[in-house]
Amino acid sequence: MSEERRNTEGNAAVDKTEESSRRNFLKEMGTGTLLGAAALLTGSDDAEAKATWAEWFQKNWRLMTDEEKKEAIARLETRYSEEYGKKVAVDGSPAMKDVLFGYALNIQKCIGCRRCVHACVKENNQSRYNTEIQWIRVIRMEKGNFLPENMDKGYPKGEGDTAYKGKDYGIQVGGNAYGPAGVTLEGQHYYQPELVPEKEAFYFPMQCMQCEKPPCVKVCPVRTTYRDPDGIVVIDYNWCIGCRMCMAACPYWARRFNWGAPNLPKDEMNPQTHYLGNRPRMRGVVEKCTFCIQRSRKGRYTACVEVCPVGARKFGNLLDPESEVRKILEKKKVFRLKAELNTYPKFFYFID
Amino acid sequence: MKIIEFARDFFCYALKGDSRYYTWLGILGLLVIPWAYGSYEQLINKGMIVAGFTDQISWAMYEGNFIFLVGVAAAAVTVVFPYYAYHPEPNDQQESSIQGLRNVVLIGEMLAITAVTMVIIFIIYHMGRPDRLWHIIPVIGIFNFPHSMLTWDVLVLNVYLALNIICGFYNMYKKYTAEPMNEYFYMPLVYISIVWALSIHTVTAFLINTMPPRPMWFHSIMPIKFISTAFAGGSAIIIVALLVYRNLTKLEIPDKAINFISQVTVWCLGIALFLIMSEIVTELYPSTEHSFQIKYVLFGMFGLSKLVPWMWTSLTIMTVSFILLLIPRIRKNYTILPVICTLLFIGIWIEKGMALVIPGMVPSPIGEFSEYSPTWIEIFITIGNWAIGLIIFTILSKGAVGVMLGEVRHPSAIGKEVAEH
Repeated sequence: MSEERRNTEGNAAVDKTEESSRRNFLKEMGTGTLLGAAALLTGSDDAEAKATWAEWFQKNWRLMTDEEKKEAIARLETRYSEEYGKKVAVDGSPAMKDVLFGYALNIQKCIGCRRCVHACVKENNQSRYNTEIQWIRVIRMEKGNFLPENMDKGYPKGEGDTAYKGKDYGIQVGGNAYGPAGVTLEGQHYYQPELVPEKEAFYFPMQCMQCEKPPCVKVCPVRTTYRDPDGIVVIDYNWCIGCRMCMAACPYWARRFNWGAPNLPKDEMNPQTHYLGNRPRMRGVVEKCTFCIQRSRKGRYTACVEVCPVGARKFGNLLDPESEVRKILEKKKVFRLKAELNTYPKFFYFID
Repeated sequence: MKIIEFARDFFCYALKGDSRYYTWLGILGLLVIPWAYGSYEQLINKGMIVAGFTDQISWAMYEGNFIFLVGVAAAAVTVVFPYYAYHPEPNDQQESSIQGLRNVVLIGEMLAITAVTMVIIFIIYHMGRPDRLWHIIPVIGIFNFPHSMLTWDVLVLNVYLALNIICGFYNMYKKYTAEPMNEYFYMPLVYISIVWALSIHTVTAFLINTMPPRPMWFHSIMPIKFISTAFAGGSAIIIVALLVYRNLTKLEIPDKAINFISQVTVWCLGIALFLIMSEIVTELYPSTEHSFQIKYVLFGMFGLSKLVPWMWTSLTIMTVSFILLLIPRIRKNYTILPVICTLLFIGIWIEKGMALVIPGMVPSPIGEFSEYSPTWIEIFITIGNWAIGLIIFTILSKGAVGVMLGEVRHPSAIGKEVAEH
């Protein structure tokens, strides 16, 4: 299991065959910034070196003036375009007025195909191959398995000269207390069936819940992760120090860490990016689902909603009474995950 | 300038020694070579991928050492507090056990300086982007105070480091020049540092016990359990250091002082064991889903049981040392005592790392059980960090011993009576 885990979740071993031009070398170096500094001081005009040098000193995104934001975006666009060999746009658009994004997922419909997982990886430029970083995890849960032959298991033996001698009578310990039966709560998210949905399972997708009261924001020592007015919890990747407090505090296991340099092939890179969303990340920073901020702030559906073959995923503006999510909140049976923690997710699960 | 002369004399004395001293430093120095390789791989070449961390277990070895060392730093207070709180008259000829702590206070402070320095080193390795650490510095970065517990930790640790450096070196400097101490400056700092020592471990406990998704950590017994285990482990290592200095140097450390600290150790250990027992019973009796973490570390779950031997080793060491130390004949036998204390130190190190930090991450919030094993590079770095810590402690405490013995003295101070403090 640990092998499998590392393969799917850990992180990219640097591709050895990759030609190591000076630029790649710089990219992989955590201290690329420092080398950039050196390059700058020695009068080098390498665009990458200049960009990383400037990035290292830039402010937290929220504190930048519009002018500084424009500069930061221009810098990134030049660098990414050069790096990935295509025109890369970095969007910096702020939250729209009177919009609060919400999400609703029909667990009755989900068939566990994980198309959403892969669409998300593609859309959001996560690390691929060897180790794929995935923001959505679909948990497979066993259906009930009560069996007649298990009925007497787990009862203590009767003792003494009673009618129960040698027989099972331990009602007082609570029946089948020694082994779980029926619906098991422990999910499994490494299932590999030939066909979905499987008869004996149901599925439960999880991703960042975009909490109203996000524990990750509270614990961040440098305020690199924060909640934007439209309700999306974002990370300024350039400000993250990689302490992983947010990962420890998140009750939904929604955050991923770039343990090594992300492994994103040039031809698979999605050039439509957002500064706080799917722009290519660097190593040593945390990342997470942002409701496809690059799409949603332009009025589009997220990639997972678009790709879902059974229409289990719904997305929209919670402040608009005519929106799909609002209709669902009104008419369906809805619940939030781990409601006892008072994080108030804006990600709702529902059944018809 | 007397201060420059002091620094020069202090370090000249601390770096001079016989062949045994250089062998000791040499062995520690050798451990720095694999450390340098590991550091290059992690900090410069590949990133944290070279360590055994995963998204499931994202805090592990470095964090465990960090939490343990905060405790060691806090434990210095077990010698500082009794000495100053029951401050004996300087010329009191009656050799009470408290008076015997006179020579011990400085070593405790040097231990605190070392431990906090090591904490900071481990934190740097724990960070994904140590090059951006300046982001946390107030004014030039953003200091998320008072919301983030980590910022509280940064604050208390750095202030504690500063307090110990100021108190320790001020005290030594005054001994060096044989000048009387400014009580109005020194004593308030000492009292602040006593309270502060408690605060560093309390805040570190808050750092991890304020996370509801990790039920094993999420209970209010955590801070007091932290402090009691820390005072047991930290004062155990102080005893070992004192016995070493008593044997190797002319420094006078009365039996009474050592007996006093070993009593502190045994009672802190007793409280710690009681708290651990309460925790285990509370978790295991109702045996809800929230007890998975403690079940996992005590008995293993779903066939995953890598940490089980560690946990039981630690519990055995702690229980056996408690029983042994309760017996006065053993506690006062200075051949057996350092062995027990070293074992206890290791036992509590396991308790903080293997039995607290790592299982706190298993299962993950979505119920996944996974195991962690450190990579060689991670082990190199950890051992190297400890070696660096030991080098710092050796040098600092040897210098302090020199000052206390009067072998490090300003020429103008020779022959003068040194005011006791």
